[in-house]
Amino acid sequence: MYAFNYHRPGSLAEAAKLIAANAEAKLLAGGQTLIPTLKQRLAQPGDVIDLGGIAELKGIKVEGGNVVVGAMTRHGEVAASAEVRKAIPALAALAGGIGDPQVRNLGTIGGSIANSDPAADYPAAALGLGATIHTSKRQIPADKFFTGMFETALEEGEIIVKVAFPAPKRAAYQKFENPASRYAIVGVMVAETANGVRVAVTGAAPSVFRWTEAEAALGKSFAAGALDGLKAKADGLNADIHASAEYRAHLIGVMARRAVAACG
Amino acid sequence: MTAESGIGASVRRKEDRRFITGNGRYTDDLNRPGQTYAFFVRSPHAHARIKRVDTAKAAKMPGVVAVFTGKDVADSKVGGLICGWLIKSKDGSPHKAPPHPIIALDTVRHVGDQVAVVIGETLSQARDAAEQVQVDYEVLPAVIDPKDAAAKGAAQVHADAPGNLCYDWELGDKAATEAAFAKAHHVAKLDLVNNRLIPNAMEPRAAVAEYDFGTDSYTVWSTSQNPHVLKLLLCAFVLQVPEHKMRVIAPDVGGGFGSKIFNYPEETVCTWASKQIRRPVKWTAERSESFLTDAHGRDHVTHVELALDKDGKFLAMRVDTYANLGAYLSTFATSVPTYLYAPLLAGPYTTPQLYIEVKGVFTHTTPVDAYRGAGRPEATYLLERIVETAAREMKIDPAELRRRNFIPPDAFPYQTPVIQQYDIGNYHASLDKALEMIDYKGFPARRAQSEKKGKRRGIGFSSYIEACGIAPSAAVGALGGGVGLWESGQVRFNPTGSVTIHTGSHSHGQGHETTFAQIVADKLGVPIENIEVVHGDTDKTAFGMGTYGSRSLAVGGSAIVKACDKIVAKAKKIAAHMLEAAVEDIEHERGVFKVSGTDKSVNIAQIAFSAYVPHNYPADVEPGLDETAFYDPLNFSFPAGTHICEVEVDPDTGIVEIAKWVAVDDFGTVINPMVVEGQVHGGIAQGVGQALLETCVYDKQSGQLLTGSYMDYCMPRADNLPSFEVGMTTTPSPLNPLGVKGCGEAGAIAAPPALINAVTDALGIKHLDMPASPEKVWRAAQASRPRMAAE
Repeated sequence: MYAFNYHRPGSLAEAAKLIAANAEAKLLAGGQTLIPTLKQRLAQPGDVIDLGGIAELKGIKVEGGNVVVGAMTRHGEVAASAEVRKAIPALAALAGGIGDPQVRNLGTIGGSIANSDPAADYPAAALGLGATIHTSKRQIPADKFFTGMFETALEEGEIIVKVAFPAPKRAAYQKFENPASRYAIVGVMVAETANGVRVAVTGAAPSVFRWTEAEAALGKSFAAGALDGLKAKADGLNADIHASAEYRAHLIGVMARRAVAACG
Repeated sequence: MTAESGIGASVRRKEDRRFITGNGRYTDDLNRPGQTYAFFVRSPHAHARIKRVDTAKAAKMPGVVAVFTGKDVADSKVGGLICGWLIKSKDGSPHKAPPHPIIALDTVRHVGDQVAVVIGETLSQARDAAEQVQVDYEVLPAVIDPKDAAAKGAAQVHADAPGNLCYDWELGDKAATEAAFAKAHHVAKLDLVNNRLIPNAMEPRAAVAEYDFGTDSYTVWSTSQNPHVLKLLLCAFVLQVPEHKMRVIAPDVGGGFGSKIFNYPEETVCTWASKQIRRPVKWTAERSESFLTDAHGRDHVTHVELALDKDGKFLAMRVDTYANLGAYLSTFATSVPTYLYAPLLAGPYTTPQLYIEVKGVFTHTTPVDAYRGAGRPEATYLLERIVETAAREMKIDPAELRRRNFIPPDAFPYQTPVIQQYDIGNYHASLDKALEMIDYKGFPARRAQSEKKGKRRGIGFSSYIEACGIAPSAAVGALGGGVGLWESGQVRFNPTGSVTIHTGSHSHGQGHETTFAQIVADKLGVPIENIEVVHGDTDKTAFGMGTYGSRSLAVGGSAIVKACDKIVAKAKKIAAHMLEAAVEDIEHERGVFKVSGTDKSVNIAQIAFSAYVPHNYPADVEPGLDETAFYDPLNFSFPAGTHICEVEVDPDTGIVEIAKWVAVDDFGTVINPMVVEGQVHGGIAQGVGQALLETCVYDKQSGQLLTGSYMDYCMPRADNLPSFEVGMTTTPSPLNPLGVKGCGEAGAIAAPPALINAVTDALGIKHLDMPASPEKVWRAAQASRPRMAAE
């Protein structure tokens, strides 16, 4: 790790001011990606702004049919929340399946979606459930938020404040894990929402995406069998030593069918 | 007392008090006054010529004590690392032993090869400065795969090893084997790869080296499985230091699995540098360095053929193996794919003829050497895969085919056609017990159940034998080994009757402090809490050969028994004096010395006190009660057994789940069943790792290590493993005083073929190379139909 200036603002306004004054600074949320990157000397920020002291970024509320999760809420808190389990059990289950207990006790929802790791779980929840991302500047629908590999619609100096998930009629998340890292090789969130069926796929492509063909098929009949014969396209999917694009495409179908079945 | 703590008792491990309370003392825990920190500059290329190393800028960085390059090392006349086992090629020529400099001089030969070392006041300063060492490389083509390396036109690793060939070795009678093949009713054939593994001990390698100017001597703390051997290598072969001027201490060591046997560049550089700068030098591997520089394991490419008669009797086997040795020869690299591999291909079977060819090949990869099992897992995998293949092709039940070819229990001692003479065994007994434990008859019903769930179920056998307890020194010497392989043991009574045992073997997870104490508790009736085991310090213990090859108990334990015998002989004389009886009339049982036919007795504690306070003492007996024995084994020991596992394959995803695992092993006499079961569990876990999860992948073009972290290198975890059912059969070894055989590697030897036999059975396919990772299994499942439907 190289030396850097460490800041720990006590309010969102203070954090916004710090980042505005120093565009090269890195925001530290749960640190599950940033800290290993620093330790390996793969990044050399002059300043790190730790968001851990900002009370207004923490906590879970259910208001008006929405589960609203503060950006600095840990995965473990979402997994254990009775309110989340009741309103969107699939979201609690997804959070409970991220990484390992150490990761879940430090990693945050804001950090996860801001990082937009192609193999992370939360992007599937945000996109699959049609969440809205509230930032220090505006509100961004999930459909517009994830723009590419490690890329989002966030502008310089923009800080995620909270994520609002509309409770679906039913939803489930199924993940095929990389046996080594346990990140998603393919993770599929299927949700039947007030605005139709949404199917979000993480792990398979450079960024989380919606499988619109599956949404259309499930819109007609919300049953695992509705996806029989439907194949995700391998073009443009990720390929590495663990899984080819073709295998990932196949797994999208398997995980989607299992998610539908798990919706009950 | 001894019943609860002697031989055969599952005594809780004495060492766990410090380990589970965080009070272990590892090399990295140790800090010396004035200590500096070494950080190595490593090659980012698999193969390159070093055009220039510029250390000027680094040397001026804050906190830098020194920067050394390969030239500095060469200028000080330090030798290279050596390989201690001479292998002769078919034509009688010795193996090619290219130089192995401790810092690369003009060429780097694998990613991670060390190019310079920066020594700093702090680790961060050393690391900062290391980034400022400028190295100009001329990148050259690299070769990774052993068969590619042996092909014409391949990039050359060493100028003095043409065709990248270290040796072209053979074992067995070629003509007799060919003749047997000519008469065969059936020949089973397979091409397979034994996948390359990275050891991943929990504690990374580390060293602290200190030079004392006043005495002109060194102390080296190192994560070694064999501190005496490391000292011998450092002193006599590499640094030219007199042996009495060096002390090597291997304190608590967090796992080795073979990777900590060897003499590596890093501790050698630290030792050398500590004299140059006259300050202690510390180095601890980062995990990434462990991946890049710990000696890797396995990496064979093999073609095998097995000839059978019409009844399924094995007539002969022939094997052609390419073994990857990496970029340089590690300490025992040459022996692993030769003498530790080929003789084991006889297995537990009566195969009358074998012919094995092995080409040891250099590549631009990390050196390869012994890793848990060292040659025997490679042999067992090959043998049990080809036996399984033959059974399927000849439609003979796999258990029955094995049974027909097992060496019968009354045929021991049994001379195989390839060097080894097995002392004892009962392979039928292990197989029968394993079949019963897994309920073999119930397998078709379980398979049908699985298929109802849309899964495919398979069963896989592995009947193994291994040769451990390495080994009789003369035999090892005759085969080219450069060392003796005896062991030392010392039993030292203290005046108040407690005992300190010194052993030349080394515990890095095996539980010696408990098991060895149990032996003395059993033999001499000393309460186990009054016994301490000391190991790992060349100044404290007599010379010893260390721990590897499952040798500690069979060889080191036997040395302790011999020392106990000496204690008893002397104690009898003292007892006779104390009891005013003739020595011949003294009987001994577990620490009680009695005049035969009377109730007059003294115990060992009383005798020890008399020996150290000899006020009333026999005139012809030396004071003190402290005996040392050196034990050279008569032969290897030959643990054997059968493992059977059942898997369920999900054809939609390719996930393999282990449904059942039965292990029936014959380790001879068992000192501590709990420790032995733990060794079996750990061994199977590593075997499962090899068969399902682990594999070292290099990019074939660039030679970059693609599995350089736990993000991509998949170690087995608890949720990958079933609950193992462990059974035992027992044929005590007649060749050592304890009747024991080694147990440390058996699981890792037996497990891989059991799993791959089960997976291929489930899928109804002939073969699948390890690891049986999800995509490979899914593809195979797509290409095959469920077995029941096919039959």
